[in-house]
Amino acid sequence: MYVAVKGGERAIDNAHQWLAEERRGDTGVAELSLDQIRQQLGLAVCRVMAEGSLYDPDLAALAIKQARGDLIEAIFLIRAYRTTLPRIGHSEPVETSAMRCDRRISATFKDLPGGQVLGPTFDYTHRLLDFALAAESEGLAEVAQAAPDPAPKPRVTDFLDRDGLIQPEMPSDATPPDMTREPMEYPAERPLRLQALTRGDEGFVLGMAYSTQRGYGRNHPFVGEMRVGTVPVEMEIPELGFAIEIGEVQLTECETVNQFTGSKTEPAQFTRGYGLVFGHSERKAISMALVDRALRWEELGEDRTGAPAQDEEFVLSHADNIQATGFLEHIKLPHYVDFQSELELIRKLRADALAATQKEAAE
Amino acid sequence: MSDYNFAYLDEQTKRMIRRAILKGVAIPGYQVPFASREMPMPYGWGTGGVQVTAACLTPDDQLKVIDQGADDTTNAVSIRKFFEKTAEVATTEHTSEATVIQTRHRIPEEPLGEDQILVYQVPIPEPLRFLEPRETETRKMHSLEEYGLMHVKLYEDIARHGHIATAYAYPVRVEGRYVMDPSPIPKFDNPKMEMAAIQLFGAGREQRIYAIPPYTQVVSLDFEDHPFEASKADHPCALCGAEDSYLDEVIVDDAGGRMFVCSDTDYCAGRRAGQAA
Repeated sequence: MYVAVKGGERAIDNAHQWLAEERRGDTGVAELSLDQIRQQLGLAVCRVMAEGSLYDPDLAALAIKQARGDLIEAIFLIRAYRTTLPRIGHSEPVETSAMRCDRRISATFKDLPGGQVLGPTFDYTHRLLDFALAAESEGLAEVAQAAPDPAPKPRVTDFLDRDGLIQPEMPSDATPPDMTREPMEYPAERPLRLQALTRGDEGFVLGMAYSTQRGYGRNHPFVGEMRVGTVPVEMEIPELGFAIEIGEVQLTECETVNQFTGSKTEPAQFTRGYGLVFGHSERKAISMALVDRALRWEELGEDRTGAPAQDEEFVLSHADNIQATGFLEHIKLPHYVDFQSELELIRKLRADALAATQKEAAE
Repeated sequence: MSDYNFAYLDEQTKRMIRRAILKGVAIPGYQVPFASREMPMPYGWGTGGVQVTAACLTPDDQLKVIDQGADDTTNAVSIRKFFEKTAEVATTEHTSEATVIQTRHRIPEEPLGEDQILVYQVPIPEPLRFLEPRETETRKMHSLEEYGLMHVKLYEDIARHGHIATAYAYPVRVEGRYVMDPSPIPKFDNPKMEMAAIQLFGAGREQRIYAIPPYTQVVSLDFEDHPFEASKADHPCALCGAEDSYLDEVIVDDAGGRMFVCSDTDYCAGRRAGQAA
């Protein structure tokens, strides 16, 4: 006998309870604290802040804990929270030239003013599992530390710009659009594209960037400079009439120097791609710069080769992992009404086709 | 729940959504872009419908939520609970008692009245999307009323299969102007779209709202020699015996035995209660 799918409510409650238990795991093992996540899973926190579009390491750590380490789920929690926050105002543009850099490297010049600063990087580690970490009694060796150099470091692209070797970026005081408050419209201007890319899925942006390196919209990038560090955030308070510092954020910025444009009459110039991401996220910043550059084909007078990374609507419509994962996973929701209508249709089509063959055989 | 505003969204956001709804009502079938918000449920779970419902609800409303025609499917339960919690509105499972009905994939069997709002959850609002993936192109096609591609697609179906091979989300033309996606309702429901209630469609991820005002002409696309046909399983409901309702097919044993029952649980239960009385 048919039993209707009743009790959805109780099933949901029970599922949530089970989920909470699974999240906690064995209660014989100490519970993870937000401090531990923030301190020891710092790069996960950075990713959640960047793609969640909310700079708050504590909330990001909470989201990671609640999401059982599923970073896209954590990003979703942050986005859903962010959307409820009132918009008090906006900050002044941050000045990344004034960044206090923990890391600053250039792949285009061996040495340069401000120097190459490696900072905390995986780049030259050997990827050998460190079994000593498994023992959880880590003592850090004392390493001689140079005093941090708070002096601002000049930009590599500014040197090129001074000599006219790189396409200049025109300053603008126009208020950039806000993709979280206005529906997306195409064609999108560069500020909107950069907004979408910086909160876009790291894997997707990486894949798009990689495709340009493999020839689908190649743009010959050099990492002119990548810097990681903190910048002060200032906001103008209307009652005061001037800007005051309200805090600081960690950022990763990447400027690429790309293939040049030019003609017989226009002298050749390098072009630029730009990536800027919350937190420490080098992979994302470089990827963003490559995709930004690929999307600038029209503005820079290049041919459209049909490469996916040149296609603004394609890239921007599919970069958001919260949209993507929602729509992808929704196909596990009930669809039996649509499926039923397909079933009837396919039976009808099959019946018609069978009848036709039988009739043919009889003749 | 005092931490959030009535019906979750802040008043500014609701106002923005209401403006989009009004524009949609003024231009039946036209997809109005709106700045869809991230909701606390995933895209694909009805975030568009939830935002439209949130913008329509008043404290006196009676809300009904259905998914696949049923009040007790998990996502319908979840959305109903969401509004019970954030708006503290009364909820009901009875179609006739509801002032706002949010639905996924069905139109209730019982005809709706002028004092009711039907809110659809829409995954892909663009009826031309699978013929032309670019939004820039499809918007142009709508503004030029360039729907030839759709007719060619339907014609090709007939040439190949002998029938139009679209069983749900069957495209309609609204008031002789816009071709519109009715959301993935079975085509059985299409004729019901000419109704007394106002119909609102919300697509959250795709940031679109559209509407059909009461008593608006809604025509399912077809050809003179291949007229539109609202089809359903050729059985009566095994529980209430209804012959006019859309049916779910349920597999009941390992041998593949099946039975057909109303997908609209309220309609079915109401009929059975009437028979028992």
